[in-house]
Amino acid sequence: MSHSITTIGVCGGGGTMGAGIAIVAARAGFKTISYDRSPDSLASARKQTSQFFDKSVERGKMKPELRDEALARLTITSDISELAACDLVIEAVFEELGVKHALLKQLDEVCPDHTIYASNTSTLSITEIASGSTRPHNVVGMHFCLPAQLMKLVEMSAGILTSPETFKTAWALTEQLGQIPVETRDDPGFILNALLVPFNNDAIRAVEAGVADAGDIDKAIKVGLGYKMGPLELIDLIGLDTQIRLCEAFYGITLDPRASAPPLLRRMVAAGLTGRKSGRGFFNYGSNAMFGA
Amino acid sequence: MSEQATPNHAIPYATIGTSCQSFPDNDPFLSSAVTPDQAGIILYLGYPHRNDDSKQAILVELHTECLGELTGEHLGEEGSNVLGFARYRNGADDPSPLIELVKQKNSKPEAIAAAIALFESAGLQVAVCNDHLGRIIDRLVRPKYNAALRFLDEGRATQKDLDLTCKLGLGYPDGPIERVVRGGLVHHYNVTTALFEGTGASGYAPARRAIVAAKRERN
Ligand SMILES: NC(=O)c1ccc[n+]([C@@H]2O[C@H](COP(=O)([O-])OP(=O)(O)OC[C@H]3O[C@@H](n4cnc5c(N)ncnc54)[C@H](O)[C@@H]3O)[C@@H](O)[C@H]2O)c1
Repeated sequence: MSHSITTIGVCGGGGTMGAGIAIVAARAGFKTISYDRSPDSLASARKQTSQFFDKSVERGKMKPELRDEALARLTITSDISELAACDLVIEAVFEELGVKHALLKQLDEVCPDHTIYASNTSTLSITEIASGSTRPHNVVGMHFCLPAQLMKLVEMSAGILTSPETFKTAWALTEQLGQIPVETRDDPGFILNALLVPFNNDAIRAVEAGVADAGDIDKAIKVGLGYKMGPLELIDLIGLDTQIRLCEAFYGITLDPRASAPPLLRRMVAAGLTGRKSGRGFFNYGSNAMFGA
Repeated sequence: MSEQATPNHAIPYATIGTSCQSFPDNDPFLSSAVTPDQAGIILYLGYPHRNDDSKQAILVELHTECLGELTGEHLGEEGSNVLGFARYRNGADDPSPLIELVKQKNSKPEAIAAAIALFESAGLQVAVCNDHLGRIIDRLVRPKYNAALRFLDEGRATQKDLDLTCKLGLGYPDGPIERVVRGGLVHHYNVTTALFEGTGASGYAPARRAIVAAKRERN
């Protein structure tokens, strides 16, 4: 039987994605319980959330009373038992199967039978994540994009044992959140990362092979294809170390040579050139350069 | 199509041959050309070039071939005033404002500078690259189109969702499938076949849907 969803839990609510997803849920009118094992991260996420809503009001995107209501709907906790009230829990904890399994085990003890568990994983299999719960039929993939509070896309996927009812309810919920769902199979990288990670590697290999300078490669892609950002600029933003982690997650499963980390990427990370966050990657940003400056 | 200016450039240029790829018939670029004897730069459009050291640059339009096929190669020390260029075009789409300018190791810097100045004065933008198969764009996007077509075949997602994901999640102006189909699956087949033959890299092996389109066109 399908339960209507009134209360949403977010696990890892103190993290980058969790904080954004909690904003989306509270803004859309749901009672939202943001849970994280780190109270400090939760407190700082709460502060950033408040600032985000203030900015939305300043820019005329949100009425002041709606901001106050959204903030009132969003509670934070480091006590997992408070998630007992949730009809749907979105997990955005660390990207490790063991961590996600341990969390699901705890949720099984706390949440009622009907609670849907949605995973925001980027690289893990929904079916494998679901195997950590005694209720794999309740587990669904719900992959938000960074920054979740601004990006509308959600890639949704069913694991092998996900029930059609769970998928349908989660899909409808995604629409109620004001997001735009797309359906993809539980395949490595879903759609977005499955296309993006190898493409970005190809751009790195083009630099490595001396096809052109990073600047010319990005210029060609932007001018020729109308992309907003060149692939090398994007890798600098994502972080070269993160790109290696993505490669390792996908290449290990797919053995697609395009998904394997190019040697140049590893050399650059070894040299500390991890992208914008270190001030230098494929481009030089100077020590305090901000994105978009 | 991009806003394209009539070139206002100190170095007069001539065009030899015609090209529907880079400069369609009514392209403003063609109207400012002078005769070859008056020109400092000669552009060969779909026409075999002649070496001429007295010119600042000889620019040869490239398709899927390398510049070296036309100039000859000398153990990595090739290069002269002859450069390759391709105005990027997604098959049947209008030409983009991008010129991929192809140089070799010993290409003359003055020839490169003159070519950049000429194209920029015509409102185009230039990305310089070395003489590799697929240059920059085809080298990078064709494997992505192959992957997207394969995902469609394998049922990973519908065409609509594959394209929508790229537009919403990556800010692309269009999705990979709608783009490759609009540009022409046969065009994609031809480009990827050349890349696959030249590199042996599996990412370039033409996608099944492109093979089907090419075979249907032949029949
Ligand atoms: N960052 C991105 O660009 C991005 C995009 C889409 C999806 N994702 C996915 O979202 C998830 C989170 O990524 P992130 O970048 O937000 O990570 P993050 O490190 O910023 O946040 C993770 C949060 O989870 C908390 N946490 C970890 N284990 C926990 C547990 N057992 N119980 C409760 N809280 C726990 C941590 O304290 C931290 O606050 C991952 O699955 C990742 O693959 C990330």
